[in-house]
Amino acid sequence: MAVAEAAPELLSPAEIDRAFRDPFSPSKRTRATSWILLLAALTAFPLVFTNPAVTSIGVFTMFFLVAVVGWNIFSGYSGYISIGHAVYYGFGQYTVALLILHLGITSGVSELAIVPLAGLAGAAVAVPVGLLVLRVRRHTFIVLTIAVMFIFQLLAFNFPSITGGSSGMNVTPPSWSGNNFNLPFYYIALGTAAVGLLTSWAVRRSKFGLGLLAIRDDEDRAKGLGIKVTRAKLLALMLSAFFVGIAGGLYAIFVGQVFPQFAFTPFYDLYLAVFAFVGGLGTLSGPVFGALLLGPLQQYFEIQFGATTLYLIIYGVLFVVILLALPRGIVPSLADRYRSFLASRWRRAEERRGVGGSVTAGSMIASAPGAAPSERGGS
Amino acid sequence: MSLIEIQEVAKTYGGIHALDGCTLSFEDGQISGLIGPNGSGKTTLFNVVTGYEQPDSGSVRFDGDEITKLSPDKVFDRGIGRTFQLTRIFPRMNVVENLHVAAQRSGGFRSELSRWSSASERARAKEVLDFVGLTRLASEMAGNLSYGQQKLLEFGCIIIARPRVILLDEPAGGINPTLLRHLASRIRALNDEGITFVVVEHDMEFVMGLCHKVCVMHQGRTLCSGRPDEVRQDPLVLEAYLGTDMRETDLSRAGVH
Repeated sequence: MAVAEAAPELLSPAEIDRAFRDPFSPSKRTRATSWILLLAALTAFPLVFTNPAVTSIGVFTMFFLVAVVGWNIFSGYSGYISIGHAVYYGFGQYTVALLILHLGITSGVSELAIVPLAGLAGAAVAVPVGLLVLRVRRHTFIVLTIAVMFIFQLLAFNFPSITGGSSGMNVTPPSWSGNNFNLPFYYIALGTAAVGLLTSWAVRRSKFGLGLLAIRDDEDRAKGLGIKVTRAKLLALMLSAFFVGIAGGLYAIFVGQVFPQFAFTPFYDLYLAVFAFVGGLGTLSGPVFGALLLGPLQQYFEIQFGATTLYLIIYGVLFVVILLALPRGIVPSLADRYRSFLASRWRRAEERRGVGGSVTAGSMIASAPGAAPSERGGS
Repeated sequence: MSLIEIQEVAKTYGGIHALDGCTLSFEDGQISGLIGPNGSGKTTLFNVVTGYEQPDSGSVRFDGDEITKLSPDKVFDRGIGRTFQLTRIFPRMNVVENLHVAAQRSGGFRSELSRWSSASERARAKEVLDFVGLTRLASEMAGNLSYGQQKLLEFGCIIIARPRVILLDEPAGGINPTLLRHLASRIRALNDEGITFVVVEHDMEFVMGLCHKVCVMHQGRTLCSGRPDEVRQDPLVLEAYLGTDMRETDLSRAGVH
């Protein structure tokens, strides 16, 4: 049964695109260009700033970038704020440390080759954890993720025969060394982050991703419209845990040591959440901005004031200030301002032409030259 | 024949018997009205039929199949869509995205990884937007729409999935008369194409003018059912619904238009 009467003429896909287009958002070309420029800048960074102290901040920032982009695929899109992703981070670290120890791997290249296994381990452990924590929502969910994270920390402490307990594990450093020690880690992490962003983008434009956004806004309604909510949430969590697990694996090899209190740490969870919140939860670029702005800052504070944890107070104040100024995070807030700038510019142009009326995205399209015949159903 | 058959359904919340052995049926291809005073169990009945609530006892059959304990997504997959008394749209998604949420049902796992807006689905979304009259607002955030527009969007979210039955919970609440006539004409148009409707509504003029059959609920049971003009004359209904003193008011004046 077609909904007749409404479609007396068939519109071409291009005409439909024109009717659906949001005229107040950047064009595809602008977006693509920005991403390419950003990638170029990040690629050039360690070649321009060669000081190892600076490039190691770059490396840690890239690790954060991988993890925040991953975190956002689950928490950003579905709205389930996880403060327990250190589970996958720590699992990735221990996976790498244990494999290197028991397989007797020494060469740096084969150490890096097993990092994807850290991601798979993260995704695998996300299944039982997800089946447990995804039974609840909102605040209860947040508390439960924290609790599960501490359970894993306790497990790491209390099985010294496997994990080395509180004395941790050493990971043999890669065989290459010297001034360029940081570079392979930097570029591998950057590449992984790019793959993570592509994944995030693919999720956002898939039916699965649309279902996640629907879950974020109203889960029961989403279910009532046929979305398989449990499956969608679990799949998103696994994808997310995969990238966070990889971040953990890279970190373990780079730092050369794994400890329970640094692998399964609540601070890491807070960093991921804060970076994503500040950048813009649930957007593609928000977590990138968050990680690139706050990651280096976190490193700087830790290096300068790391003896005490007082620097966390400065960090907290900064977080509050940003959220007061841009409550929805940098990217959505700025996007809103850009939209209203374009809308008011358009309105002024209309007034000059002597056309009144309210501004909606649609009315702009309708009055644009060559507009689609979209004004049919009376509203 | 009866498309939805509800048998002896009971549902209690604490001490309240929201549904108390309710038995009724809705005919295929008709627009059925469901009326009754506040607290008579209309919305609870919708919740039980669509899987949002599990009944304590009784059964619900759809097209001959038992659907009593199915979850909301499975009920939707069978072809029963509904709207809510308090409109439920996805406020932080735009209008087109809202429409596509429901359009993607039952495609299997592989299709979930494909794009949500294929050319044919976009064409279908455009068709539905034209039908409910929201094309101008396609790229607006749903949360920015007015209440009436959100009601139309919620309606569009259901019809895009081509369900066999649509349950409307107070579609006229808070809607201006012009928009209401628009909505009524859309419901009739879809009904002409064979979609069955069940409408819960307090606006008597709207219900009596639109429905082929009206069911009256009172204290969790069906009081009576029949053609609008029959129901309007029934003294039991007047008593239960309006109280005896109000016999000369709204209900008797509500004309079929």
